[in-house]
Amino acid sequence: MSVVDVESLSIHYLMRRGNIRAVDDVTLSVRKGETLGVVGESGCGKSTLGLALIRLIPYPGSIVGGRVLLDGTDLRSLPEKEMRQIRGKRIGFIFQDPMTSLNPVKKIGDHFIELIRTHEKRVDKAEALDRASRMLETLGILPERVNDYPHQFSGGMRQRVMIGLALTLNPEFVIADEPTTSLDVIVEAQILELLKRLKEAFNITLMLITHNIGIIAQTADRVAVMYAGRLAEVGPSLRLFADPLHPYTQALLSAVPNVAKPGRVLSWIPGAPPDLASPPPGCLYNPRCPHAFDRCPREAPRLMDVGGGRSVACFLYYRG
Amino acid sequence: MAGGEHRGRIVVQVLPRIASLRKRGLAGWTTLAGSVIVASIFVMTLAAPWISPHDPTAIGLGKPPHPSPPSADFPMGTNHLGMDMLSRIFWGGSTMLQVAVISVIVCLVVGVPIALLASYSGGILDKATSLVMDSIYAFPGLVLAIAIAAMLGPGVVNMALSIGVVYIPSYFRVVRSQVLSIKELPYVEAARTIGARDRSILFRYILPNVVPSVVVIATINFADAILTAAGLTFVGLGISVGTPDWGWDLTWGRQYLTTGSWWIIAFPGLMIVLLALGFTLLGEGLSELLNPRLEE
Amino acid sequence: MSLRSYIVARVLLTIPMILLLLTMVFLIIRVMPGDPADLHFEKRVDPEILAEFKHRLGLDKPLPVQYVDYLAGLLSGNLGSSMQDFSPVGQQIFSAFPATLELAIYSAAFAIIVGVLLGVRASRSYNSIPDHSIRMFGIVSYAIPVFFLGEVLIIVFGIYLGWFPTGLRFNPRIEAPQGLQLGGWRLATGLYTVDSLLEGSLTKFAESLRYLSLPVLALGTVLCGIFIRMTRSNMLETLRLDFVTSARARGIKERAVVYAYALRNAFLPILTMMGLQFAALLAGAVLTETTFSWPGLGRYLVTRITFRDYTAIQGAVVFYGVIVALVSLVVDILYAYLDPRIRF
Repeated sequence: MSVVDVESLSIHYLMRRGNIRAVDDVTLSVRKGETLGVVGESGCGKSTLGLALIRLIPYPGSIVGGRVLLDGTDLRSLPEKEMRQIRGKRIGFIFQDPMTSLNPVKKIGDHFIELIRTHEKRVDKAEALDRASRMLETLGILPERVNDYPHQFSGGMRQRVMIGLALTLNPEFVIADEPTTSLDVIVEAQILELLKRLKEAFNITLMLITHNIGIIAQTADRVAVMYAGRLAEVGPSLRLFADPLHPYTQALLSAVPNVAKPGRVLSWIPGAPPDLASPPPGCLYNPRCPHAFDRCPREAPRLMDVGGGRSVACFLYYRG
Repeated sequence: MAGGEHRGRIVVQVLPRIASLRKRGLAGWTTLAGSVIVASIFVMTLAAPWISPHDPTAIGLGKPPHPSPPSADFPMGTNHLGMDMLSRIFWGGSTMLQVAVISVIVCLVVGVPIALLASYSGGILDKATSLVMDSIYAFPGLVLAIAIAAMLGPGVVNMALSIGVVYIPSYFRVVRSQVLSIKELPYVEAARTIGARDRSILFRYILPNVVPSVVVIATINFADAILTAAGLTFVGLGISVGTPDWGWDLTWGRQYLTTGSWWIIAFPGLMIVLLALGFTLLGEGLSELLNPRLEE
Repeated sequence: MSLRSYIVARVLLTIPMILLLLTMVFLIIRVMPGDPADLHFEKRVDPEILAEFKHRLGLDKPLPVQYVDYLAGLLSGNLGSSMQDFSPVGQQIFSAFPATLELAIYSAAFAIIVGVLLGVRASRSYNSIPDHSIRMFGIVSYAIPVFFLGEVLIIVFGIYLGWFPTGLRFNPRIEAPQGLQLGGWRLATGLYTVDSLLEGSLTKFAESLRYLSLPVLALGTVLCGIFIRMTRSNMLETLRLDFVTSARARGIKERAVVYAYALRNAFLPILTMMGLQFAALLAGAVLTETTFSWPGLGRYLVTRITFRDYTAIQGAVVFYGVIVALVSLVVDILYAYLDPRIRF
């Protein structure tokens, strides 16, 4: 039972030097109650994907193809007014940088009040404030701080506030775009712990976007690996990490240093990601792939189901 | 490096830029448009003696009653004295352009060196000069220009001086802010530690970096000078009666508005707008080209 | 730096600035080549009468003495005597100033409101036709000499269409607004729009607005360009900031986002800009008043020029300078008060 279905989604940025294909023909689903991790290196399109789901891709980007379904409703065809009603209420979004994501001249409490009253018009200020205080408590922040300004909070606390704002109206679906990237490791662990707790308490359906494989391993039920705007591999996280199929996933995992194995030489992936304005034909990972063969530079592999809930976009696993 | 090399370098930097203006998007087009307008008006004014159909000061042309509306013989009509407006348009920019050019020269020759010296030396000299400049800057420009022009009397040079004095603080500020930011940069400090003399630091390091901003403020100064010159003429402090001047026509044509003779002020007015607009576009475009803002 | 010490420092800075300002005007009028008394008579007068004239105005004293007299006079509010009839210039200035103030206030309001609205509109559709047209309008409007625009408005709306009066400040056939009368006392601001309301007369209020319309339209249009540009660039910057996107991600209405979030952060620069533009406003008012025969300080100055009344010109210029210096002082302090970065 999927909450969100993304079908053949393509997003381009129209720049002067060309059409940047940030997301190219991506299809995936997020099932109710699960945490889907979307992982990939910087520039692979994962953040764009996240913003596309709530139709907030910045200029000059736009969705050029595909569909995004929320519980069966096609989000692309909705008029802006209805889309706005969905944002914040049915889909929550947690941004990366808590330092800049909150309005500096607005009290924390006012952020919540504004959010609640925009979507639930009959709620009065006192009740909204009450809900805000209780949410702060759930987040581990003193409820009196509802009257403070963002600059009086630390980075970690601000991110808790952001999470709180995303969850206040009990959305069906939450997207977290690099939620811990700008936080230090200790705070990061606290935030992840909080997310885990909230996930269980509220049965949240979460899409977690990050470049940090460690976080994905800790929190995700399923993983989607992206490379150069396309999906490389999708599957249940335990199995994917135990047995990575796509050469890119394999390279990614082996590049992660392992505390248990000190002294092992760090590996890296030679070459560089392709220019998304004029991508070469065939598989985009081909130039860097150690297992490439003649079919790879000619055709682009499609995501194929290989059983066990896993799919890979690689000719190594094509049958027939 | 002598000053000549700097000039050479600036020319070398500017010429290929002009060629590539088309590639620079909106800023390029604005600069191009501005330059074309300004250049055309300059050329028109220089060519006035040859292209003008009549003597701009000749009265009683054509058939009475005067003023007469635009017609085949007089495409821009005649004014109350029977002068051909078209000829007056060709000749009329000359005073304004002279005033603008001289005032810019005054600002460059006086304002820039003072700014360089004061802000580079720092200390009391800097503070005192800044105070003086701020005091001048505080005045409504036209009011101060009026005061000076009233005492100096009519004439192109006097107008230019009044306008020049009013604008020197703008140059001062621009140059000063540039100097202050460059002065503290590591490579300037490095030059000092190897014993470079202040004068050479000023010329070799600071001046070249100050030039783009000065160019921009100078073009904007041109535009403002045109408008202020028109303003001075309007209040009666401009050039003496008789020389064809757009500002003058604009002022004297006022009385004939009520009788419906719109052409006396319309054409000179439009020319002033066009000239000011040309310089403004040029300034805007240059500002964008030389100090691009990160809008995309 | 705390607010109080900032205010003190700023006020202390203003004093030498005003002193310099006054000195400058003195230098221009009295010291620069061209004796004001001689210029006044254009050298066509009996030497005895000239000497008497100079003596009455104190123009025959040595320059340093004149300077001290001048400064002392200013401290006690004496702006000099007119060359025309020896009447106190200060009085004439103060009776003319409210008209200029009224014109300035409404023109500034017009420029800011129109400028901000257009700037916001332009920023919301970046790089599109409305954006470019608005920017072009902003640039062109500044390039128009305000008296030319005024004359065009007079022709079109005053003469051709007859909707608005073509000059003056008020209908000469009606009594000017008197303000509030309480027993023997009269409370009047000198601003006709305010005074007519104090008096309770809607007809007078309407009339004063009618006469204000064209001058305000002319002066306001020429000045709105800078506000368009500033608002637009501030909005473009602010709208791109993360907290704006995150507000949108919460489904906050676009109008609330634009005005409550972005505009509030852009407000402060607008305030400073207004302070900086005040001088330009007064300068433009000089020409606007002349065009519309508006009886304000600007027209006073221009009339004094035609009469070669140099002492009056001096007084008026001093007044202009001091007013601008004081206004920028107030704006600076207000800015420091409102900008949380300076406060905390």
